[in-house]
Amino acid sequence: MTTLSVRNLTKNFGALKVTDDVSLEVASGEIHAIIGPNGAGKTTLISQLSGQLPSDSGAVAIGGQDVTGLSMPERVKLGLARSFQITSILPGFTALENVAVAVQARSGSSFRFFAPVAQEEELNDAALAALKEAGLDDRAHVRASALSHGEHRRLELAIALATQPKVLLLDEPLAGVGGEDAEAFVARLKRFKGRFTMVLIEHDMEAVFALADRVSVLVYGRIIATGTPEAIRSDPQVRAAYLGEEEEEVA
Amino acid sequence: MMSDVTTAPTATRAPALAGRVKAAALLFVLFALLPPLASALNDPFYVLIGTRILAYAIAAMALDLILGYGALVSFGHAAYLGFGAYAVAILSSYGINDMVLQILGAMVVSALFALVTGAISLRTRGVYFIMITLAFGQMAFFFFISLSAYGGDDGYSLSQKSTVLGTDILHSDYGLYYMALGLLAALFLLCNRIVGSRFGRVFTGIRENATRMEAVGYSPFRYQLTAFVISGCITSVAGVILANQAQFVSPAFMSWHRSGELIVMVVLGGVGTLAGPIAGAAAALLLEEWLGVLTEHWPLLFGLFLVLMVLFSPRGITGVLEKYGIARGKE
Repeated sequence: MTTLSVRNLTKNFGALKVTDDVSLEVASGEIHAIIGPNGAGKTTLISQLSGQLPSDSGAVAIGGQDVTGLSMPERVKLGLARSFQITSILPGFTALENVAVAVQARSGSSFRFFAPVAQEEELNDAALAALKEAGLDDRAHVRASALSHGEHRRLELAIALATQPKVLLLDEPLAGVGGEDAEAFVARLKRFKGRFTMVLIEHDMEAVFALADRVSVLVYGRIIATGTPEAIRSDPQVRAAYLGEEEEEVA
Repeated sequence: MMSDVTTAPTATRAPALAGRVKAAALLFVLFALLPPLASALNDPFYVLIGTRILAYAIAAMALDLILGYGALVSFGHAAYLGFGAYAVAILSSYGINDMVLQILGAMVVSALFALVTGAISLRTRGVYFIMITLAFGQMAFFFFISLSAYGGDDGYSLSQKSTVLGTDILHSDYGLYYMALGLLAALFLLCNRIVGSRFGRVFTGIRENATRMEAVGYSPFRYQLTAFVISGCITSVAGVILANQAQFVSPAFMSWHRSGELIVMVVLGGVGTLAGPIAGAAAALLLEEWLGVLTEHWPLLFGLFLVLMVLFSPRGITGVLEKYGIARGKE
């Protein structure tokens, strides 16, 4: 397991400061939730951490190794993987193939041109194991485009697991998932606790408070508070900026 | 329980793969029967056009490798036909007549050209990729136009056909025809293996969703460039055959019309099927022949046919056959 350390990260889109001097220390094995109102810059932050989006300044390190200058594929190889808020899968591939291609990235060269990949037991077994952990093994041979939204979220998780992350960035894994499905998903994530470090962006407050060791609150690109779920829940600044607003919305 | 789930992908996968191979095998048998049929009908002309069809089938299949499986629409692929054809002309003028060496030379030049132009073109996407590959294709075209030692835009007549490992089997039209068929079959098997390999899965995955592939650790560029080079090299083999068939090379082999025709063949046959573009090449060239007899305005009729095909069967000839359950070659 590995730590994630973020120092003074910034990102501007024109005059708009989307990420404003964000610093964050996530301990090894911790589940660190990032919450904040819509447009607070949560997904942008995840994109910067994963290397999908370059940062204007600041530094990102995993396990003490600086990865600021590395591309997304390079960071994934070091164990920093992300899932997507908006489902991002290979629609024409089966669920198993979606995961197997992620396994393949970590096991041996992909510059092999002759042997049929569909018959590589090693890849298929590992992919199936990841699907099982995500609760999707019974749909392994269904084309991804034919899966339901909830199944897409699980496939998204299985793909992330298959990259064997040391630090996993989960961008709203529960987006659009409700009821029993959501509960099962939270239980699943809970089982992964301790296996790798997790940064969790989530709107579902129940899930956040059930899973997170610590919570950071992001508002207009700035972290206004970091602490245990209990401390965050009672922080007046947070209540004003976010939780209160949410309660009003609900009411 | 575990084992029957893991063996299932080969079970679900096999029909699709077998379908593609079966459709191609059927085409190859038909091609093999053409020369005896032509001589029985006393119409040897069909062997000549058959050779051209086989050559274009190789090129269309090679283009399908990147167009169908990688969504890389190269509008400059005729350049590689030219490299193949001029490899024959230039090497034979230096006394190198063996087809094996000529193909090797064509592939080396094509690989270098594809490596350089691909490295630049692949920094763009979509329409920009189409336009920049067109531009590079035109550059190659104008290079050979100005190559006066080999006739410039008048072209260059070849004094003899290539030998194959010292034998002169290409001297008969039938020999050349069956050589082309053999090459097509071998290259089809090669492409078929590539598509089903680890590399093929990554390359196809990038077509499906490049960001997703980056997020699991792949850099799309390396895979796309490799496929681009492979496709260019295979296409150049078609040029070597065409030069031997026509006994003449000219920059017309590499004009942008020719690149467009290759795309038409792929679309007509069925994108991303490998076997489809082989049928597409046959359909396009035969239609050109037959409609050309009817009227000099044949491109108009051909265009109409193409529009109808795309409207009613977006997956081309493969789509039509699939509809009637004859072939199932979709990847």
